[in-house]
Amino acid sequence: MSGIRIIEESCIGCRLCVKACPFGAIRMDGRKAVILDNCTLCGICVPACKFNAIDYEKGPVSNAVDITKYSGVWIFAEQKNGVPEPISYELLGAGRKLADDRKTRLTAVVIGDKLSDACEKLIAYGADEVMAVEDGSLAVYNDESYSDIFVQMIRKGRPEILLMGATTYGRSLAPRIASRINTGLTADCTRLEIDPADGKLLQTRPAFGGNLMATIICPNHRPQMATVRHKVMKPLEPDYSRKGLVTRPEVSIPRETSVKVREVVKTIFEMVSLAEADVIVSGGRGLGAPENFKLINELAEVLGGAVGASRATVDAGWIEYNHQVGQTGQTVGPHVYFACGISGAVQHLAGMSSSDIIVAINKNPDAPIFKVATFGIVGDAMEILPLLIKEFKAALG
Amino acid sequence: MNVIVCVKQVPGTNEVKMNKETNTIIREGAEAIINPFDTYAVEEGVRIKEQTGGKATVISMGIPSVAELLRQTIAVGIDEAVLLSDRAFAGSDSLATSYALSKGINKIGDFDLVICGKQAMDGDTAQVGPGLAEKLGIPHTTYVRKIEEIRKGYIRCQRMTEDGYEVIEMPLPAVITVVKEINEPRLPSLKGMMKAKKAEIRIMTADDIGADKDLCGLKGSPTQVVETFVPVHDVNSEMIEGTPGEQVKRLAEKLLSMKFMTVK
Ligand SMILES: Cc1cc2nc3c(=O)[nH]c(=O)nc-3n(C[C@H](O)[C@H](O)[C@H](O)COP(=O)(O)OP(=O)(O)OC[C@H]3O[C@@H](n4cnc5c(N)ncnc54)[C@H](O)[C@@H]3O)c2cc1C
Ligand code: SF4
Ligand code: SF4
Repeated sequence: MSGIRIIEESCIGCRLCVKACPFGAIRMDGRKAVILDNCTLCGICVPACKFNAIDYEKGPVSNAVDITKYSGVWIFAEQKNGVPEPISYELLGAGRKLADDRKTRLTAVVIGDKLSDACEKLIAYGADEVMAVEDGSLAVYNDESYSDIFVQMIRKGRPEILLMGATTYGRSLAPRIASRINTGLTADCTRLEIDPADGKLLQTRPAFGGNLMATIICPNHRPQMATVRHKVMKPLEPDYSRKGLVTRPEVSIPRETSVKVREVVKTIFEMVSLAEADVIVSGGRGLGAPENFKLINELAEVLGGAVGASRATVDAGWIEYNHQVGQTGQTVGPHVYFACGISGAVQHLAGMSSSDIIVAINKNPDAPIFKVATFGIVGDAMEILPLLIKEFKAALG
Repeated sequence: MNVIVCVKQVPGTNEVKMNKETNTIIREGAEAIINPFDTYAVEEGVRIKEQTGGKATVISMGIPSVAELLRQTIAVGIDEAVLLSDRAFAGSDSLATSYALSKGINKIGDFDLVICGKQAMDGDTAQVGPGLAEKLGIPHTTYVRKIEEIRKGYIRCQRMTEDGYEVIEMPLPAVITVVKEINEPRLPSLKGMMKAKKAEIRIMTADDIGADKDLCGLKGSPTQVVETFVPVHDVNSEMIEGTPGEQVKRLAEKLLSMKFMTVK
C-alpha cells in the first residue's frame, strides 16, 4: 500500500486503528496491524493510533499559494428580499471571533437588490465592512451570476478565511467557487477555531451521518473555505451604534446567464424551516393515518417549531418529502426533537441524533428510538399528542 | 440523449447497535453499498435514456472491487460502467474527486447530462456535483426533485429549497444532483441481471484519462483530516411512567423547566 504504512517496530497491536477505520481496511495479522487494499487513504486512522505507528505521507500538494498574501475574514451574507437570513448573523458571530483572534477585519459580502437595510443590519451584527453588490438582476439567487461575481471579489480581495452557510444555496455556491479557484472547502462545520500555534483555521465537522467528527485544515491554499451548519454558531447582540464601512466593489455583473431561475415556489408555510427550527415535531407510521399529521402540525405550531417526518410516512405519501428527516432526507439538530410514532431506524437516527433533547413517544417499548431519547413515553402517540397540545397551550398561553 | 451518472461506493449500515459507553451508533458489518442517493441518480439516468434514446453510463472513482458493485447498475438498465481506479486517486478530497471525475467524463465524451446524488453518506459534503460542473465548465443545479422537461440542449428542472422549490432552466450539457423525491428506483429485472453478470466493466487509470497526477489524490487535495473523534452524546434516557395524563404532565414540566421553549 503506497502512501500509508504501519511501522511494525512501533505497533503494539492495540487495535485502535482497526476500530477507527470506517472502511474496514485494517486487519490484525498476529499482533501487528496490516493495511489492506481497500484503504482510501482518508487519514482517519493516523491520529487514532496513540503510538505513532502509522506512517502517512502527504507529500507536497499542488496549486499551493503564497499564504502571506491573504488576509481578512469574509462571510457570505445570504438574504431574501433584502433581509439577511438568520445564518448570516450566525456567520458574523463566528467570523467576529476568528477575525479578532487573527487581529484582522471581518467583512460581509452581500449580493442582491435593495440592500441598504441589510448593510446596516450586518454592521450591527459585527461586520467591519460590508461589500455590497446590488443589481436588479441579482434579486433572486442564481448559481452562475453569484459565483462569477464572488470569484472576482475573492481574486481581488484575497481573504484568508471565507465562511458560508451550509444552506441549499451555500452548499451549491461554495463548492463551485472552491473548484474554480482550486482551494479546499470543509463542509457543514460545527466548530471553527484558530490554531494558536500557526494561525491556521481548524474546521470541525460531522461525517458519516454524525457518527464521526473530523477536524480538517487547509494549510497551503487560500482562502480557507468552510460551510457552516445552521444553528451552531451564536450571533452577537446587534448594536446599531457600531460603525462600519459599506463599499461597492467594482465587479462586472453578467448581463445574461445561461442558468435561469424561472419561478420560486413556496410550499412550506410554517414560521421556521427544519434547518432553523429550535423545536421539531416529527411523525412516523405510528400515527396510523395521514390525516393524523394535523396533530403534529398543531403541536409544532404551539411550540413555534417545524414539522418533520420519517421516511416511511413520506414514502406512503402522507406528507411532502421536504419534511423528511434522516439519511435520505435532511439532517437536523434542534434543541428539542419530538419523535412521535417513529420507531427509529438507523437511517432516521443518523439525521437527528445530534438534537439536544429527544422526546420519544412510541407504543413499542423496544423501539430503537428510546435508545437515543432523553425522555421516553411508552404509549400511543394518538393518545399522548392531544394531551401534550393541551398542556403546552395552557402553559405557554 | 446520453447521460453519465456518478456513483460512489460507501460503507453500508445494516443494523442499529449502540455503543453503551459513548452512546453512538456502531456500524456493524461494513459491507460496501452504492451510496443511497446515487440509486436515484441511476434511475433518473435510465429513465431519460429510455424516453429520449441514447445511452446511460455510470462512472465511479474507487478501489478495484467497486467494479462488482457497478454491475448492480447495469442490472437496472445502465448500458455501460466505467471505474476510475488508480492508487494515484487515493486520498482525494472533494476537489481532487471533482477533477478526476471530470477527466473521466471528458474521456467518455459525448454527453448531454451528468447526474450525481445529493451527497455521499460517508463524506457527506455534497460538494462533488458543483465542483465537477465547474471543472467541466458547464452549469449545474443541486437538489433536483423533478425534471420538468429535457431535450437536446435544454433542461428545465425543480430544485428543492428550504421552503419549497425553484424552477430552473439550463442549457445542456449540465450537471444536476438529485434528491430522493425525484423517483422510485426500480428493482433489477431477470434480463438485467443476466446482462450485468456478463458485462465488462471498463477500468481506467489516471494515465488512461489523461489526468495530471499532481491534481489527483492526496497531492491534489487542499484539505487534510488532522483529527477525528466519536461525538459523545450524553443520553441519560429517562422513561416517564404513569397514565397518559401523568406522563404528559411530567414531560411538559421537565421540558418547560429547561427554558429552551422560548416561543416566538
Ligand atoms: C471524515 C471525512 C471528512 C471529510 N471532509 C471533507 C471536507 O470537509 N471537504 C472535502 O473536500 N473533502 C472531505 N472529505 C473527503 C471526501 O469524502 C472525498 O473527497 C470524497 O471522495 C467525495 O466527497 P463526498 O464523499 O463528500 O461526496 P459528495 O460530494 O457528498 O457526493 C455527491 C455525489 O458526487 C458523486 N461522487 C462523489 N464521490 C464520487 C466518486 N468517488 N465516484 C463517483 N461519483 C462520486 C456521487 O454522485 C455523489 O452522490 C472527507 C472525508 C472523510 C472520510
Ligand atoms: S493503533 Fe497503532 S499501535 Fe495500535 S494496532 Fe494500530 S498501528 Fe498498531
Ligand atoms: S487511511 Fe482511512 S481507509 Fe486507510 S486504513 Fe486508515 S482509516 Fe482506513
